[in-house]
Amino acid sequence: MSAPLLVLDRLVRRFGPDRPAVIDGLSFTLEAGEWVAIMGESGVGKSTLLNVIAGLDRPDEGAVRIDGIDLGDLDDDALTLLRRRSMGFVFQAFHVLPYLSVGRNVALPLSLNGVDERQVRPRVEAMLAEVGLADAFARSPRELSGGELQRVAIARALVHRPRLVLADEPTGNLDPKSATQVLALLARTVRAYGGGGLLITHSRAAAASADRACEFDGRALVPLAVR
Amino acid sequence: MRPVGSAAPSLAVFGAQLRDRPLRLFVSIAAIAVGIALAAAVYLINESALAEFGRATRELSGTADLAVRGTKAGFDESLYPQLATRAGVRVASPVLAREAALVGGGTLSIEGVDPLVAAQLRPELYGDLAGRYVTLLEPDALVLSAAAARELQLAQGGTLALRVGVGERTLRVVAVLPEGATTRRVGLMDIASLQWLTGSLGRLTRIDLRLAPGVDASRYAASLVLPAGVDAMTPALEQTRAANLTRAYRVNLDMLALVALLTGAFLVYATQALAVMRRRRQLALLRALGVRRIELRLAVLLEGAAVGAAGGLAGTVLGWLIARLVLSLQGADLGAGLLQVQTTQVATPPFALAAFIATGVVVAVAGAWLPARRAAEVAPARALKAGDDDAPARVHERVALALGLLLSGAALAFVPPVRGLPLGGYASIAALLAGGVLLVPAFVAATLAHLPSPRAPLAALVLARLRLSIGQSAVSLGAIVVSFSLMVAMAIMVHSFRDSFERWLGAVLPADLYLRVTPGADTFELTPAEATLLAAVPGVARLELRRTLQLSLARDLPPVVLIARPLEAGAGNLPIIARATVLEPTLPVAYVSEALHDLYGVPLGGSVELPVAGRKVRFAVAGIWRDYARSTGSVIVDLASWEQLSGERRNTEASVWLGARATAQSVGEAISARLHAGDALQVIESGALKDRALAAFDRAFAITYALEAVAVGIGLLSVVLAFAVQALARRAEFGMLRHLGLRRAQVLAMLAGEGAFMGAVGVAYGLLLGLVLSLVLVYVVNRQSFHWTLDYVVPLGQLLAVALTLVAAAALTAGLAGRVATSGSVVRAVREDW
Repeated sequence: MSAPLLVLDRLVRRFGPDRPAVIDGLSFTLEAGEWVAIMGESGVGKSTLLNVIAGLDRPDEGAVRIDGIDLGDLDDDALTLLRRRSMGFVFQAFHVLPYLSVGRNVALPLSLNGVDERQVRPRVEAMLAEVGLADAFARSPRELSGGELQRVAIARALVHRPRLVLADEPTGNLDPKSATQVLALLARTVRAYGGGGLLITHSRAAAASADRACEFDGRALVPLAVR
Repeated sequence: MRPVGSAAPSLAVFGAQLRDRPLRLFVSIAAIAVGIALAAAVYLINESALAEFGRATRELSGTADLAVRGTKAGFDESLYPQLATRAGVRVASPVLAREAALVGGGTLSIEGVDPLVAAQLRPELYGDLAGRYVTLLEPDALVLSAAAARELQLAQGGTLALRVGVGERTLRVVAVLPEGATTRRVGLMDIASLQWLTGSLGRLTRIDLRLAPGVDASRYAASLVLPAGVDAMTPALEQTRAANLTRAYRVNLDMLALVALLTGAFLVYATQALAVMRRRRQLALLRALGVRRIELRLAVLLEGAAVGAAGGLAGTVLGWLIARLVLSLQGADLGAGLLQVQTTQVATPPFALAAFIATGVVVAVAGAWLPARRAAEVAPARALKAGDDDAPARVHERVALALGLLLSGAALAFVPPVRGLPLGGYASIAALLAGGVLLVPAFVAATLAHLPSPRAPLAALVLARLRLSIGQSAVSLGAIVVSFSLMVAMAIMVHSFRDSFERWLGAVLPADLYLRVTPGADTFELTPAEATLLAAVPGVARLELRRTLQLSLARDLPPVVLIARPLEAGAGNLPIIARATVLEPTLPVAYVSEALHDLYGVPLGGSVELPVAGRKVRFAVAGIWRDYARSTGSVIVDLASWEQLSGERRNTEASVWLGARATAQSVGEAISARLHAGDALQVIESGALKDRALAAFDRAFAITYALEAVAVGIGLLSVVLAFAVQALARRAEFGMLRHLGLRRAQVLAMLAGEGAFMGAVGVAYGLLLGLVLSLVLVYVVNRQSFHWTLDYVVPLGQLLAVALTLVAAAALTAGLAGRVATSGSVVRAVREDW
């Protein structure tokens, strides 16, 4: 039997010895193919949790395992490579590089992973078609709407078929219709590639698009009924 | 109708941002302050020198309306009774001024006067001597000014030994003037005693005239018929003549200070422009909130004005302090040795100081002008949209203007000097510089467009980023292009000058040993008998004598130098740059320097009139020679012809070629011993003389080097600032790249790559522009300012070393800026909205 996609084992993270822990003994498991929404009050530590999972921040105690690999055993270089190969990120503010065309933005993870340049364009075009931007390869990000920019960001997050997708408020800047489309797209493509993902959101509607939803209170991810 | 004064909200926002970024504010103020400080210091030092010179002139002539003045050699005293008895003259005071060589080294200015007559013109000088005139009439009596007594450590009753010819004379100090009488370091004697003492019987150097009431001094001066080489001048004209002596040098230094100021203006431009780019969202928000375009524009301009006022004020105060320091350390001479007066008082002209502060404001407002326009042009809807962090590059919008400026710059280089100043040359440099900087975006765009797309993802990112941010890149490159191109131009000019000067020294100093009387002293000259003694010194294979004296060829121009020396056939022993093909065969020949040729319009192949023993003699101008020692003009004539025409048989300098086994030291010692001249005669080896001349050259250009360094430093600072600002503005981008799997080192390498590339482009462009500017400096500004030509030499190794250092510094600072920007919470920056 294969290991779960993501395991958080008694995770503790605090900023300063005299300050209360932001994450205090959290344990959680995410199976491959699962798309889980995490809700919680502002400032409760959701983004810290995402940074710790991504290996951009180290826990003070406990462990993060992705496909059985303990991130605590990896140095910064190895963590960077793991992120490059196995993770995809979607941010609320899109962060599409304005100086690259849409196609080159999406191609970035493939280029960084050393994919043969001859394979890059067809894979990017296929990914763009999947997110509904089939003819956008050569367009400038300046020409796109907010919804379209978030689709580009999703295409960039998924083009290298990561095992784990981390989405931090991906619909915060979108209208309800675009938000619904983007969420459906994320859930569909993550599952299609056999990976899994965590969606951080304040929106119950967004959380409802996930396989399951949890509320983070700093200590545990408590299952939440949102449908 | 909008209420007046609604710029207040935007001003409050700008003010808050200024307070929020004290470093940026400080750098902008410092840049302006440095430029203003240098300009103010140069101006104040020269003003102080001229003020002191004016005071000394007034002190010298007292209440005289006119000074009838000859050169150092003086004129026949028979002129005195003619003038004293002339209608319109109320008082005529004869003066013999001599620079006496002191036993033990140094010189002292001694003025021989008729105390009874002089007291009528200069009561403050002679008033204290009333009742002691008889004492002063004694042949060895000397009165010292307080400054002279202090420096020579003498008091009343002391004695002072002078070197006169090969002998010594001792004078008695019969009185010391009180401090208030004069600030000059001077001795006073009875004129007859001084004439006798210095072998100047029948000679005068000056006659001070007080005219009858109602007589116009200038007209009276013009009506006088004076011997050749003798001029009548009003005190105002003497002041003008002194000012003319240093004007070209002074204006050049002011222009150099302006270079630093100009670079400062570009720094203000760069910081303001980058700030406006960075604040596009905030500006758009202000527009959306109802702030008018004009108000935004006004706010940016007022911010510039505030920076300029602070920089101008700080720079003026700093300049005054620098002037005070320089005056106390080395006197009122900026290194050229042209106007050596002693003063520690800094002139403080209020209007000039206010003008310097105003210049700071004008320069900073000019720097903020374009950014202010940009701020007003921000389209709110577009700028407020997420992802629109960069304004679209407008690289071709000013190409026509840039080309126009370049063409104007080329044309201005051909404008002749205006009142002796290379104003066309300066305007040419300004136009070329402005045109060159305006072309930077197009140049960068063309360079980037021609670069092949790299396969490596990092390099591709760098190139893509640079292509999009041409506007920002061009802004940050502006200051480095300005400062580096001016540095290149200055370096080429100074190097060309030094190289030409060194070769010139080789040409004019071919002998092994040089003998000359103590500089400035005119109480010692080589007589024919002494010359014979010299020639007979063992080890002397060949002896060449020279006589150097000053001539006045025009009343409003400083004196020129006449050098009488043996001339080989065709003057093969001179650095001739042009020869006449046809000459009037009956005339003696003269070789004029480039300065004399320019200043007096003396034609090659024509003739020049020179005063010889009180009459004018025509010489045929056989050639033009290069003289880097005398920017006011010089003329060389054959010594034998000169002796025949003037009847003078004494000389002031000699060149000695050594025999086969003789050493410079032994021959030098033998000469000193043979002549018993002590320290009145300097015996210098050729190498030492050349070293001394080159050291003086380097000293003269020390200020130039300092200004260059300041300009380049400011340019580099602007690049550092631009990179820091851009790097901080790109934190979210770096955070995203880190999320995508880029190592921190890769992000830093990317930034360093951008820095290196932009540095290389800026430096390469600056080098090209600098080469063009150097042509104007060498062939126009230098030629018109100093009237001498230079051989154009490019110090390639030196320039490449500086260029590589700048590129490395740009890469390093970009990397360092990135290090700061990617440290700490960069991963959290992805949560920030772009």
